[in-house]
Amino acid sequence: MNRYTIAVLVRNQFGVLNRVTSMFRRRQFNIRALSVSETESSAFSRITVTFDGEEEYKQQLVNQLYKLPDVCSIKEFTPGNSISCELLLIKMKNDSETRDEIRAAAEAFGAVTVDYSKESMTFRLTDNAGRIDDFINLMRDYEILEICRTGSVSLEKGSTTIRQIMNL
Amino acid sequence: MLLSGADILVNTLIEQGCDTVFGYPGGQILNVYDSLYTHQDQITHVLTAHEQGAAHAADGYARTTGKVGVVISTSGPGATNLVTGIATAYLDSIPLVAICGNVPTTQIGSDSFQEIDITGVTLPITKHNYFVGSVEQLADTVREAFALAKSGRPGPVLIDVPKDVQVAMCAYEPKPPAQADAPCAAKQLRIEQAAAHINAAKRPYVYFGGGLITAGAQEEMLALAEKIDAPIGCSLMGLSGIPTDHPRFLGMQGMHGHYASSMAMHHADLIVSLGVRFNDRVTGNRAKFATNAKIIHIDVDGSELSKTVNAVCGLRGDVKQTLEKLLPFIEENKKAEWNQTVQKFVEEEREVLDNRPGLTPRRAILTLNQHLGENTAVATDVGQHQMWAAQSLNFKKPRRFVSSGGLGTMGFGLGAAIGAAFGTKERSVLITGDGSFGMCLNELATAVSYRVPVVILIMNNGVLGMVRQWQTLFYNQHYSNTVLNRKTDFVALARAFGADGESVSTVEALDTALAHAFASDMPYIIDCAIDKDEFVLPMLPPGGSMDDIIVKVGD
Repeated sequence: MNRYTIAVLVRNQFGVLNRVTSMFRRRQFNIRALSVSETESSAFSRITVTFDGEEEYKQQLVNQLYKLPDVCSIKEFTPGNSISCELLLIKMKNDSETRDEIRAAAEAFGAVTVDYSKESMTFRLTDNAGRIDDFINLMRDYEILEICRTGSVSLEKGSTTIRQIMNL
Repeated sequence: MLLSGADILVNTLIEQGCDTVFGYPGGQILNVYDSLYTHQDQITHVLTAHEQGAAHAADGYARTTGKVGVVISTSGPGATNLVTGIATAYLDSIPLVAICGNVPTTQIGSDSFQEIDITGVTLPITKHNYFVGSVEQLADTVREAFALAKSGRPGPVLIDVPKDVQVAMCAYEPKPPAQADAPCAAKQLRIEQAAAHINAAKRPYVYFGGGLITAGAQEEMLALAEKIDAPIGCSLMGLSGIPTDHPRFLGMQGMHGHYASSMAMHHADLIVSLGVRFNDRVTGNRAKFATNAKIIHIDVDGSELSKTVNAVCGLRGDVKQTLEKLLPFIEENKKAEWNQTVQKFVEEEREVLDNRPGLTPRRAILTLNQHLGENTAVATDVGQHQMWAAQSLNFKKPRRFVSSGGLGTMGFGLGAAIGAAFGTKERSVLITGDGSFGMCLNELATAVSYRVPVVILIMNNGVLGMVRQWQTLFYNQHYSNTVLNRKTDFVALARAFGADGESVSTVEALDTALAHAFASDMPYIIDCAIDKDEFVLPMLPPGGSMDDIIVKVGD
């Protein structure tokens, strides 16, 4: 089982996300994370999908994506060829017993305190998915009140862009 | 030129080369029908009895002509009635453009009368669909839909046009018909790899499906088979692709395929697969499917390569162009030993052929063969009759077998036969069963209204034969809800609709009835009595392999 991250450049049109996720649902592709955003051009949106599976599974998913007329380009990312990051917000219970340990861990990971109350502390961490997993695992020793993470976004290293490999 | 959306829609259809559409009017598509009225000298609208029939007719028209079929319906129930027809076309990769009316854009999302989210409903059964939000987008959307429907692997495309978009005015400039994407051959490297495998093969088998017919690659395939001295088989969707009596052709393989064809595939060491998708009805148990064979798979849709069976070499590209490039790399090579083996399979098949006297299913189809012209399209419904037809019909020209292969839609046949008659501009034939015919026989009214001379052969066994066959073999003969024994008098029914017909129970009577039917200028029903215990054989049990093949009852 491998973890794959792919970026999909799609036409920025009403209902495109639905078309992509409907295909995933229909063919029972199981997605770990998915993020959508606008891009440098108003004509396109960018969907970043993370999923686990074997090579054939990934190939089938990519092939099926290519069949959607709204899909303009697909780029697969590996840790070696790309910059990936993800945003985490994590709300921890705040009590005198664990406060210092939690704050020390947060500091070690470079997480920023974005909210602080008598009962809770909320940290923001921007990093690759693996480091975010590590931080969350560390926090499991304490009381986690709430977690929200965005899913990965990725760009290729160097000057190459996804629009240069467009198959339009 | 300033035109209403409705006029733009109809003008764009005409501009795309569309001269026949099938459909049914209603409240939210009235403006388009008004425009069809004023353009009736340029475009013929065929009014069916039900939107499903219209969708199947557009599908039958597309299958027989290779052109894009067009179906028009109103919103809500009109649109949902198209769903089975669209899904049928989707599973068989048939180019179809479905146009639906909808409530005005200002009312969308408010659950208005006859409002349905048809783009949402048809998302998984269309290649793509469009909601036209403004009249300015309409003409180009229709053009894009036509291009998409016929590009690459064809399929249905739906366009949802709200009422106010049909009313709004906009400038319209005619454009030339949209072209399908130019077909491309597979990559050269892959072609050379495939050639190396093919040249090394000792027991090759050439296997084709509907994709070969779409690509029009018959000649190239025959040239390949000739060079490598291979037998040829096909899937259900491939039928009529090459003349049935071609000396290399072993017929359809698969669950109810010809014994020799399935055996040759099973024993091959290499299968050249052209425009097929290795559906479960083709492979049976995939773990035991053609275990000794390397599979070379050429398909225009890359997602079909290694989707269900692993190909040693997958070539994504147009079948015709890829074969053209492949042929020069192929060495001519006779395979006497392999062809002797294949010949042995053919003889074994001949030995178990059903030659019983009387009106057996096979004799009924063979009798029909004698009346078919070389251009006659034959549509079927789904069930035992479909398999009997697939096994024994004799075709001379491609695109003359019209059958729901992927979805297996009972009720497909009559609408499709009507569409086929419009497409071929001559008499068509429907082979159906009493079960299937009962589903959509309302289209008899359409055939009569338009004087479409469809020969309707009902293989009437009083039961849902295929399901019953499974109940006999795998469900302890519990004939749960498969015994129809209805009191329907099909000949009286034909007359009630304004057609004619007769009942037959002998081969001679069938022959005479077919002569009457083929001389009639109206639909003609032949109610042909078939024993309820007839089986479709051979049969590979579901999930079975060639080791489990049933060739005779009582095996």
